[in-house]
Amino acid sequence: MTQPVAYTDIHSLPGPEDILRKVLPNGITILTRSNFNSPSVVLTGYIAAGSYLDPLEQLGLAHFTASALTRGTKTQTFQQIFDRLESAGASLGFGASVHNTSFSGRSLVEDLPLLIDLLADCLRRPTFPEEYVKRLQVQFLTSLSIRAQDTAEMAAITFDELLFGNHPYGRPEDGFIETIQKITRADLVRFHQQYYHPQNLVIVVVGAVEAQSVFDVIEAALGDWQNPAKVQSAELAEIIPPTQTIRRHLDIPGKSQTDLIMGMLGPKRKSPDYLIASLGNNVLGQFGMMGRIGAAVREKAGLAYDASTSLNAWIDGGSWEVSAGVNPVNLQKAIDLILQELHTFIQEPVSADELSDSQANYIGRLPLSLESNAGVANSILNLERFDLGLDYLQRYAQIIQTVTPEAILEVARKYVHPDNLVIVSAGSKNE
Amino acid sequence: MSTEFRQEKLKNGLLVNLKEIHSAPIISHWVWYRVGSRNEVAGKTGISHWVEHMQFKGTPKFPAGVLDRAISRDGGFWNAFTFLDWTTFFETMPADKISLALDLESDRMVNSTFLAEEVTSERTVIISEREGNENEPLFRLDEEMQAAAFASHPYRNEIIGSVEDLHAIQRDDLYAHYRSHYCPNNAVLAIAGDFDSDAMFKLIEQYYGSIPAGKVNSHFPAQDSPLSGEKRIEVKGPGDTTYLQLAYRAPAAANEDFFTVSVLDSLLTGPSGLNMFGGGGISNKTSRLYQALVEKEFATSVYGGLQATIDPHLYNINITIRPEHKPEKVLALIDAEIDHLQQILIPQAEIDRAVKQARALFAYGSENITNQGFWLGYPEMFDHYDWFNQYVERLNQVTPKKIQQALQEYLKPERRVVGIYLPEEVQA
Repeated sequence: MTQPVAYTDIHSLPGPEDILRKVLPNGITILTRSNFNSPSVVLTGYIAAGSYLDPLEQLGLAHFTASALTRGTKTQTFQQIFDRLESAGASLGFGASVHNTSFSGRSLVEDLPLLIDLLADCLRRPTFPEEYVKRLQVQFLTSLSIRAQDTAEMAAITFDELLFGNHPYGRPEDGFIETIQKITRADLVRFHQQYYHPQNLVIVVVGAVEAQSVFDVIEAALGDWQNPAKVQSAELAEIIPPTQTIRRHLDIPGKSQTDLIMGMLGPKRKSPDYLIASLGNNVLGQFGMMGRIGAAVREKAGLAYDASTSLNAWIDGGSWEVSAGVNPVNLQKAIDLILQELHTFIQEPVSADELSDSQANYIGRLPLSLESNAGVANSILNLERFDLGLDYLQRYAQIIQTVTPEAILEVARKYVHPDNLVIVSAGSKNE
Repeated sequence: MSTEFRQEKLKNGLLVNLKEIHSAPIISHWVWYRVGSRNEVAGKTGISHWVEHMQFKGTPKFPAGVLDRAISRDGGFWNAFTFLDWTTFFETMPADKISLALDLESDRMVNSTFLAEEVTSERTVIISEREGNENEPLFRLDEEMQAAAFASHPYRNEIIGSVEDLHAIQRDDLYAHYRSHYCPNNAVLAIAGDFDSDAMFKLIEQYYGSIPAGKVNSHFPAQDSPLSGEKRIEVKGPGDTTYLQLAYRAPAAANEDFFTVSVLDSLLTGPSGLNMFGGGGISNKTSRLYQALVEKEFATSVYGGLQATIDPHLYNINITIRPEHKPEKVLALIDAEIDHLQQILIPQAEIDRAVKQARALFAYGSENITNQGFWLGYPEMFDHYDWFNQYVERLNQVTPKKIQQALQEYLKPERRVVGIYLPEEVQA
């Protein structure tokens, strides 16, 4: 029997009343929300410069540049930076995704000025010392050779490559051994000069601090930053859906388990289809014990410990994936079971109970995702990144409630084409 | 923020720890059982973890699938973990839905059915879970090092169990293990979050109060004698990367030395906290072994840590070696660093720093109610709740002299297992 869905008091959720947003004259966007329940603060944000700007032969450059920011600045050495951070029990790290170079850090509230000072110094005045660039290069090369042995990661890289073709979504942000080897200090310096500037910087601070002090301390550290050398970025390749099923197996010897990913393109994050597809995805491979896929592959057939689906949505597009880790002898059986579920998913609408379960789950778990400063900061960052509006979390329950089984079927038929899938497995040969 | 702690014991022996936290309308409910791989006998390794899996397969009142659906519908999340000394189950729910967690956990404390067909399909699921672990290059090295580090203590076994035992264990073995360990007098109930303690106690009495105390029939292992000579394990496998791992026998959690070795760990390989959910970490770039190995270009990473356990477990140091170096050289450098520390008294400021790091990690972890629930029960599994409350203070009581003594006592070469993972020659 379906129970009515209870609404959380929407005003306990972050919204326009308590998320404060300010744009500095040089273009930096700051968002902040106070939380005095814990004596800590979280700092997160991004600069809109990611791996989509990497030259093909130097894939991994954005990520390399981001990681090297903390290796020394005009005023502080690597040792000084980490001595200050670690002595305070604080952390600050940088990394790159396709669209952005992101940062995140946390500290006790008394050390927020330290965190902002280090952020500003690393963004504005990195020196990329040669010895650290070389050291990082060896660390990346080691990570990449470890990655080559990881069945799940290798399956994911190949899946993205086959699904997204020439679009940057089809390339790993951490590059390949050959492309990392081609990167020099001069490339990092150039990437930083061209693409790091205040107009595309977003900073979010959540924690035991008043908004005005957040604005003041950031303005003092970054308000006068200008970068006249910046370069506009290029147009990205179009994403073309596959017109037939593409099947690929990667042979990685000595593995007990084969990792399987099969899937298709999904909606963009800003598309009206996104939340509808997301609820459908929850029914298909998330809800409870990994939804219908979990029930078929794990609970009924006992074929896998993990078998679930994910919907990944970004600016230009997204992917809708089913993944499972199975014994090589069960690989085909798992693929067949998953195909069967995909067919059912586009043949008939999800039941009213299934939809209502997922709606209740989405609405009920929202406060849980917002209990920590980091959870709130990440949500605020997404509001900004995808133009969702500061009242999005408060409107969320209502949007979720309006989705119908028919709408899910329509969106499923738009994206899920069981005859045009990308199917990748990675592991030892079955024979 | 109110953080009232209250402890009581029900007549049936169930120990109850409650902590009111009113920062968000969320409650985290945990049931801890004093059973883990430590209590397993030969031929039955992995049985505690398997019983944990069977606890999700239903009771007459909540058949399989119904539980999941009920928790997920309310926006809750739940999971379970099996470790060396314990098995635990938790639900984190919107505060007004928490009675569901009490209802289902009290029910499956005694009423799980363990249907034969569910045992069969779960056997392959767990073997698949193990095969996923085996895909990690270091799994086999870890497995062999653990076996070498303990002569007979069950800490030598993988928690997930050996493949042979996973094929051999039968439904009645699982059910017997369940009945011998899952009862109120072998459990701790820990609830943290947005509730009133008096009202919560009434609810606890209602759901758990009528469960009779059980007869705990467990295996309690004899302690191993200390390692009497260095052991070396070498494993070859696919890849291009060489790893070096060291495992020293560490003090038990209740031993005063545990706190000294925790500070020592922070100095050598960087701080580790007690957070299980949320909180993130603090980097270790100023730690002594990072400085000696990564900054000097012998390794690309180093990390270390120890577990809080009933019996002495291990202090592990793990190093990823740069391709141009040999593990013997790296081992010599580590020994030189440890030798050096044994000769000197470290500055008090380094201990103060480790204490500040621990304080910060607690502050980060405290934002998460699930993590608060975890903290409330976890220390009962190897000591008492006070262990947790006094953690920072006891770190603070560590002195340079104690660090020196701990180095001399615990970090001797003859008391360790050295493990080396070597990439296999590439076959043409």
